[in-house]
Order: sequence, then C-alpha cells, then structure tokens
Amino acid sequence: MAKRNMVEAINRGLTEEMERDPSVMVLGEDVGKEGGVFRVTDGLQVKFGPERVVDTPLAESGIVGTAFGLAVKGLKPVAEIQFEGFLPPAMDQIMSHISRIRTRSRGRFTCPLVIRSPFGGGIRAPEHHSDSPEAIFAHTPGIKVVLPSTPYDAKGLIVSAIRDPDPVLFFEPKRIYRAIKEEVPDGEYTVPIGVAKIIREGSDVTVISWGAMVREVLRAAEMVEKEGVKAEVIDLRTISPLDDGPFLESVRKTGRAVIVHEAPRTCGLGAEIIARINEKALLSLTAPVERVTGFDTVVPLMKLENHYLPSPERILRGIRKVMAF
Amino acid sequence: MIEKYDPLKGEMLRILHPDGRLEEILRPDLTDETVQTLYQKMVLIRLADQRALALQRQGRLGTYAPVYGQEAAQIGSAYALGKEDWVFPSFRETGVIYMKGVSLKDIYLYWMGNEAGQKVPEDVWVFPVSVPVGTHPLHAVGAAWAAKLQGEKICTVAYFGDGATSEGDFHEAMNFAGVFNTPTIFFCQNNHYAISVPRKKQTAAKTLAQKAIAYGFLGIQVDGNDLFAVYAAMKEAREKAISGGGPTMIEAVTYRFGPHTTADDPTKYRQDAELEEWKSRDPMVRLQKYLKGKGLWSEAQETQIKAEAEAILNKAVQEAEAVPAPEPEEMFRYTFAELTPTLEEQKADYLAFLKEKEN
Repeated sequence: MAKRNMVEAINRGLTEEMERDPSVMVLGEDVGKEGGVFRVTDGLQVKFGPERVVDTPLAESGIVGTAFGLAVKGLKPVAEIQFEGFLPPAMDQIMSHISRIRTRSRGRFTCPLVIRSPFGGGIRAPEHHSDSPEAIFAHTPGIKVVLPSTPYDAKGLIVSAIRDPDPVLFFEPKRIYRAIKEEVPDGEYTVPIGVAKIIREGSDVTVISWGAMVREVLRAAEMVEKEGVKAEVIDLRTISPLDDGPFLESVRKTGRAVIVHEAPRTCGLGAEIIARINEKALLSLTAPVERVTGFDTVVPLMKLENHYLPSPERILRGIRKVMAF
Repeated sequence: MIEKYDPLKGEMLRILHPDGRLEEILRPDLTDETVQTLYQKMVLIRLADQRALALQRQGRLGTYAPVYGQEAAQIGSAYALGKEDWVFPSFRETGVIYMKGVSLKDIYLYWMGNEAGQKVPEDVWVFPVSVPVGTHPLHAVGAAWAAKLQGEKICTVAYFGDGATSEGDFHEAMNFAGVFNTPTIFFCQNNHYAISVPRKKQTAAKTLAQKAIAYGFLGIQVDGNDLFAVYAAMKEAREKAISGGGPTMIEAVTYRFGPHTTADDPTKYRQDAELEEWKSRDPMVRLQKYLKGKGLWSEAQETQIKAEAEAILNKAVQEAEAVPAPEPEEMFRYTFAELTPTLEEQKADYLAFLKEKEN
C-alpha cells in the first residue's frame, strides 16, 4: 500500500477513473502542462493527451459553461476552478443551468459533471484565495457539495463524484493538501457521497465539522480530553445532501454540540445544522449549541488570518462553554 | 459564398428583395415546392404566436415572447439543420424549435406553466429554452466540442438576440469556439431591441457579425427577413462546421414587430414610423410576392393555408389544456437522480399537509 497526501490521492483517483472510462476528461486553467497550480492534475496530460486534459482559456464561466455542454452530450468533464475565489464568475452557469437542467427538462437532459476547487484559508495566500463559499452551494438545489478532509476519503470521493449521475462541486481543503499522509490504496474503492463519518468517538459533546477544520477539531478534542471531556467528532464529508443522522444520533447521546467551520457565521451551514438539531433532538440538549466559525467579515490577509480561522484553542473554548453550561 | 460578405464593409447577404425579386444566381437549393411549404410553416408560426398572445390575455397562458416579424429568420435557419444537430434556443424561438420537432402542444404547455413541455422526445435535439440572456452559447460550444471528440458529424447552434451579444458569456463562448475550433453556429437574430434598449446602445460596433472576426472566425450579416438568404447562410455554415471548418457567426438582421413579451408596451420606446418602415420589409409579404410571381400564391390559397393552420392550433391548444396539472410530487422528483433524504422528508411532510387539508 502507498502512503499519499491529498494531492496525490486525488491525482490517483482521477488517473484511475480516466483509465477506466474514456469519456472522463479534465479541463481548466493550467491543468495540462503545468499539472495545476497545486499539481493535482500533474502528469495527466502526458498520460492521456491534450484532448482529454485540456488547458482552457482563462475564463471560469467558459470552463464551467462548456463543461455543461460536454456533459449533456455524454462526456464526463472534471472542471477545475483554480481557487474558490474565482468561482463567482462561474456561479451563473452553476446556479442557472447546471443545477437545474434535470428539473427543467424533466429528466430528458442531465449534466453529470464535477467541478473541483481548492477552498479555505491558512496558506498565507493573496486576496480571493482563502474563502469558504460552500454554504452558498448547499443552498442551491440540484448540485451536490463534497468536501473531503483526508487523503483516503479524497480519492474515494472523487471517484464517486465522477460516477455520480448529478453534478458535484468538489471542494478541496488546500491548507491540508500536503499536511496529512496516509494509506491510500491503488485500485478501485469508493467513499459514498452523502454519508458523514464519526472519526472520534466520545460521550460528552458532539463536534461537527468538515474540510481543513477537521484536523483543528481533532487537536481540540485531544486537549479537552486532558480535562476529562470525551468529544465525539463528526466529519460531514458531504454537505449537500446533508447526512444529519449521525450528528443527530450523537447529540441525542451527548446532549451537547459544537459546530466548527471556516466560513462566515451568519447563514453558514452551522445554522442549518442547529436548525436540524432543534427540529429533531431539541429535548436531548443540555446546553445551547455553540458555533466556532470565521466571522461575518472578508477573510483577512496573512497578518490577521490566524485570528479569523478557528484555532484549536478557540474550538477548545467553545467546547468548554457548552460543557460548563 | 458566405466569406464574400465582409461585415466590416457593411456587406450583407440578400437573395430575395422586399419587392419579391430573387437574385437567381445566389439561389440556394430550395425548390419552389419547398418554399411553399416553408411559407406555410411561417404562416403557422405567425398564427401560433397570435394565438399565444390571445391565450395570455385570457389568462390561459403565462408570459410569452412573440416571434412576430422573425419568421423567416427562424424557419429558414432551422430548415437548414439536420435532425441530429443540437439546438440551444433562447426564449423567443417558437419557429425554430417547432421546425426541429418540438410540438406546438409542448410549446404551449411550457408557456402555460408546465415543465413537461420542455421534456422533448428522445429523438429531438432541442434544449430547454434559456431564459438568462446569453448564457447558453457556452452550452452549444461544449456540446459541439463533445461531438467533435466523439467523432460525430453534427453541429450545434446557439440562437440568441442582439442583447445577448453584450453578455460576458457570449464572448467566452465565441472565444472557446474559436480556440477549440468547435462545430458551432452562433445564430444571432438582431431584432433591434433588447426589451427597450435599441441595438445601437448595445455596442459601438457597426455590426454584430464583425465580433466573430476578433475571435478568429467568420461572421456574416444576412437579411433576416429573407428566407433564402437565411437558409443559404445557415446551410453553408453547417457544411463548414461538420467538415471540420469550425464555428461561424450569422447575424440575421430583422425586426421584432411585437412587444418583447406580453408584459411589455413597445410604444414607450420606439416610433410608429420605424415600425411601419420595417413592416414594408415583412418576411411574409416578400415571400408572397415571390410566390405570386410564380403563380403559386393567391388570396384563396392564403385563406386555405390559414384555415389549416388554425385547425392545427386549435388541436394543439386543446391538447395542451387537456394535460392535467402535475402532481405536487413532480416538484421534488427531478432535483437529483434520486430523492435525497432531506427531499423525501420535505415531500412527505407537504403531502401530509395536503391530506390534512382535505380532511
């Protein structure tokens, strides 16, 4: 078995799917010769040729809009948007067309495609390179939103995304692209879309997160364990469709919950999670649900970035708050 | 032939003059019998349009965007296409999508508020109409690109208006088409108004067709009220596309006789004199003159054609109105391939509410 980081794991998943299915193609800015600015598509053009791994003009709406046309005509495009900060030009195509075509044509036309984009902060990047816009897309009917937090899941989920009959937005937590190495086997395996995972068992408090924040949450869980508090940690992995079963069950057991995300707080996915806990597990709660999140501000540049991003210490404070209630 | 008309020099392809005179030397492969048939289709579409407006006024159909005045541009261009070619229409293409095999019943059904009208038959390659202006040429480029990679000898056509050429996606589509040399035809019906804003306020460029030049391929202006010219240009662009020659932009210069949609009052933004001048170039009248000169048109024939068209429309309206409103479940069914747990829950709760209301 091979130890791989997330970049290598996604690359492996793309490679195997392109070998398996000749209709899979990759397109985007700098994905070919350059292999992507983060090297996720490294070597693919050499292996599969410039017709299947395509360097496109610099136009995000063009990439996503033509990917839609490629998909409805029977190919399986995996489009890369270089940074989440450049998704806005493509949002018209995603919200007006990609997410709607199945409904609008009553199933006559569909567009199974994948849009990959690195997201989130923590890499000392320039402006428009550190956002977390996932909730906007979770609020958009008709598109699935997947966000792995480990190399193993990243490979299994990119394969599932490519095989999914619906469009999938695949957010890659760039901060931990190379931070974690783990066993990522060669050959076929999938991780199902729409299934959350309990990654640490505990009985006192439920901590729910996704993407790069999962690692910070695990650190906080270790810290709080020294205080005798056993935190159960849930990695959502997919936020649309949202798998609420595991966190509801966990909250019924622990009676306490903390939600951690990088994105701004107001109307963030945390709000939806709290709403579901209120609807289905309210009487199990022994404390108000706490959110540890980014702020309702523009993500700051590197000098202030660490104040914006939830840290293990800030998460620890949130856990202590619900435990002390 | 189409490369001979340089939009930068203000050259425009015209074969049938407003007085009914035909430039025989430019005549495409349209027999008079075919012209007669196409004329009948134009009559049908003009009447279908009027029927839609009447139904809208009676509250039997929703907002509708009439084709009135653009019949030659639509019927002529669509007739030049093959059955397997893909059409990506805007919202003002009743004539085009009818010619490509979408039934008038389905067209009415859609504008009556039922998405099922856009579920075209399996062997019809017409996309649902695109309401966000200028966003769908990218889809035509993507599908053409796929066809090229799949080795299929077909083309795709994006139909749009003059206003769409101001949208960013139009330019990205033209650029991608040029770079990847896709078999795409950009068919622009310049009807001179984007709701109330005149063509000259959309762009400082003298023509819309010339925009293609900047993207590295051919653009041509044709008289959009001339069935022969529209057909000839489209046919040639299609042949070029399917033989690997890449994209073409056709600007069909026409005029919208009616309102933008049923929600609009064009007297607020344009002069009667301008409308009257364009009516003298009515695509139907021109064709009548041509056919009359050949002894193929008379008042009596016209009356009969219209009566036949009305009968077709009566049937289409009747069929569309006979379709029952979809069940509420239908709203949930097509969001994803399979209902998500959340959607299952929302559906079940709403159906329970309906049941409670009944009891």
